[in-house]
Amino acid sequence: MLEASLIPLAEWIDRLVDWLVVHYGDRLGEINSWIVHKIGFFERFLSQSIAWPLMMLAFAALAYHASRSPRLAAGAAAAFALIWALDLWTPTMQTLSLMSVSLVVTVAIGLPLGVLMSQSGGVRALMMPVLDFMQTMPSFVYLIPVVMLFGLGTFAGVLATTIYAAPPLVRLTDLGIRLVDKEVIEAATAFGATRRQKLFGVQIPLALPNIMAGVNQSIMMALAMVVIASMIGVRGLGQEVLYGLQRQEPGTGFVAGLAIVLLAIVLDRITQAYGRRLAAQRQIAH
Amino acid sequence: MGDIVLRNVTKVYGPAAASVLGELPTGVTKEALLARTGHTIGVRDVSLAIEAGTCFVVMGLSGSGKSTLLRHLNRLIEPSAGEILFGDVDILRLDAEALRQFRRDRTSMVFQRFALFPHRTVLENAAYGLNLRARSRAERDANLAKAERWIERVGLAGYAAQYPSQLSGGMQQRVGLARALATGAEVMLMDEPFSALDPLIRREMQDQLLQLQKELRRTIVFITHDLDEALRLGDRIAIMNGGAIEQLGRPDEILQRPATEYVARFIEDVNRGRLLTAGAVGLEAVVVRESDATDAVLARLHGQPVPVAYLADAEGRLIGVLTQSTLRGAAFGSTLRALARPVPSAPRSTALERVLPLTLESDFPVAIVDDGGRVVGMLPKDRIIASLAAAIAPPARLPGA
Repeated sequence: MLEASLIPLAEWIDRLVDWLVVHYGDRLGEINSWIVHKIGFFERFLSQSIAWPLMMLAFAALAYHASRSPRLAAGAAAAFALIWALDLWTPTMQTLSLMSVSLVVTVAIGLPLGVLMSQSGGVRALMMPVLDFMQTMPSFVYLIPVVMLFGLGTFAGVLATTIYAAPPLVRLTDLGIRLVDKEVIEAATAFGATRRQKLFGVQIPLALPNIMAGVNQSIMMALAMVVIASMIGVRGLGQEVLYGLQRQEPGTGFVAGLAIVLLAIVLDRITQAYGRRLAAQRQIAH
Repeated sequence: MGDIVLRNVTKVYGPAAASVLGELPTGVTKEALLARTGHTIGVRDVSLAIEAGTCFVVMGLSGSGKSTLLRHLNRLIEPSAGEILFGDVDILRLDAEALRQFRRDRTSMVFQRFALFPHRTVLENAAYGLNLRARSRAERDANLAKAERWIERVGLAGYAAQYPSQLSGGMQQRVGLARALATGAEVMLMDEPFSALDPLIRREMQDQLLQLQKELRRTIVFITHDLDEALRLGDRIAIMNGGAIEQLGRPDEILQRPATEYVARFIEDVNRGRLLTAGAVGLEAVVVRESDATDAVLARLHGQPVPVAYLADAEGRLIGVLTQSTLRGAAFGSTLRALARPVPSAPRSTALERVLPLTLESDFPVAIVDDGGRVVGMLPKDRIIASLAAAIAPPARLPGA
C-alpha cells in the first residue's frame, strides 16, 4: 500500500484533509457543537414522554390534511402508537429529529440547486456528474473525512444524510421545471413576464408535484442512511439495529427495523398524498 | 398605436441561416433548400400592412408558416431578415427589457391549446397580464376587479373561482380571451384560438369575437386553417403557402378573384352562399324621389340592364319599386308613390343564402339597404345565382360597400 501509485490521489486527499483538520478543525468543531445544541433541543422536546400523544395527533392531522382520508390518519396514529408500545419512542424521535433537520438542509440546498440546473445548461452539465458521485460513492467514503473534521455524532450524521438524500430532490426539481408545458411558459413570455415572474409564478408552482416526489425520495433515502449513520455515533433507531447486530439479539434489531419501516410508510404516504393533491390541482384538461 | 407593417420578413431555420438568405429570391423551393443545405424556410419575404382597429386573418394549412409569422409580431420568434414596425416603433430594435414591456403593455395573445395557468383560478388567469404590472396589493385587487368584469363580458360570470381543469374547452378559451382582453393591449394575437373547439362552440366563439370587436376595435391578427372562419372574421385576409403569401385582400376579393391556382383550389368548396354578402355582389340601383317626374324616371331607366327604379322618401328610405311598364301605363297625374309596388329588402351584410328566399316573394330585384334603411343597391335573382356558382366575372362593386 505504501508503494507510490502513478497518480498518488489517495495521498493528496489524505494531506488535504489533514491540512483542513489542522487549520480549521477548531472552528468546524464550534459549528458542530452549535448545531448539535440546536438539534438536541428539538430532540429533547420530541423525546419527552408527554410529547408522544401530541406527536401522534400531529401526524394523524397531517395525514388527514394531505389525503382527506380518515383511514390514512388512523393508520398514521396506529403506527405511532405501535412504536410507543414497542418502547422505541425515544430512538424513533431521535431519528425523526435528525431526519427533519437533514430534510430542511436538503431542501434548503437541493431546491435552489435544482432550480439553477433547470435555468442553465452549463450548471446542469456541471451538476450531473456531481450528483452521480454523491449518489453512487459508498457513504463510508465520505464519512471518514466528515468524522475527522466534525467529530462523531449528530452533525456528521446530518451532513452524511444530506449528501446522500439531496440528489433525487435536485434531479426532480430540475426535471419538474423542465417538464412544465412549453405553451404555458410561452403564454407567460407573451404577456411580458420577467424571468423571475415566470420562475416563481409559473414554473416552480407547476413543478411542485415533481418537487414533492423529490422530497418523498429524499426522505426515503434519508431513512436508508439511519443505520449507517449510527456507525458514526448518531443516536436513534439505527443505533438499536446496530446493538442488535453487535449483541446478537435478533429481536432488538427486528423491532427497531420495524419502527424504521413504520416511520418510512407513514412519511411516504403523507408526502405522496400531498404530491397527488398538487398534481390533481395542476392537471390540464383539454 | 398605428398600423402594423411588415417588410420583407423572412425566417430561415438552420445552422447558418444568414448564408442561405441570398438564395431565396431565386425561387428555390422549400424542399430543395432543405435537401441541399439543411435549412427550412419558415416565412418567406412577407410584406404586409395591418390597419389599426381591424381584424387581419392569416390563413394557411399546417406548415404554411402562419403561426411562425404570428410569433414574429411579438418576437417570440426572431426573423432572419426584414422589418417589423408597430406604428413608429421598430420592434426589432427593442432590447430585452423594452421588448418585455412592449409585450406586456401593447400586445396580448390567445393560444390554440389555451395555455392557461392550471394552478390559478379563472379570475387569476384573467388578471395575469394586468398583475405582471402590479406593484402593490391594492393594485392587484383592483386588477382582479377589472378582470372579473372581463370574465362576465366573455360569458363566464360565476366561474371566477374555478380552476381551468374544471371547465370545458370552450369555456377555457373564453378565459384565454378574457386574459388577452383584460390587459387592454391594442394588439391581440390569436393563434388558431378556435381550432381545438367543436364546430358549434367554434361558431359561438366567432360570433362573440365579432360582437366584442364591433365595440372594442382592437387590432386583431387571427391565425386559422379554416377558410370559412377566415372569411367570416377577417376584414382582410392573407392566404399563406410554403411560408409566402399567396394572396392578400378582402374576403369577397379572395372569393371572387383568386389570384393563384392555389387560392382557387382552396376556395372551391367554400359555402359561398353563407360568405358572400348582398353588399359584396349587389349592383347599382336607380333610386328616385317622390318629387321626380315620371318621364325623368323613364329616361333614367332607358338602357339599364335591369330596368327598375327604387322609390325612396326624403331620407332615402325605401318605399317601393317602379317598373318601366307601370310607369308607361300610368294615368296622368298619378303620384310615384301610388305606382310603387312592394319589394323585399336586405341589409348590406346579409348573406346571399338569406337573400335567395326573398327573391321568391317578388318578381323584382331585392333592394339592398344600409343601416339607416337607405337604398344602396339591388340584387336580381340571376345575379345571386351567378355569384353562388364557382366561376363568375368580377362584379361591379357598390360604392362604399
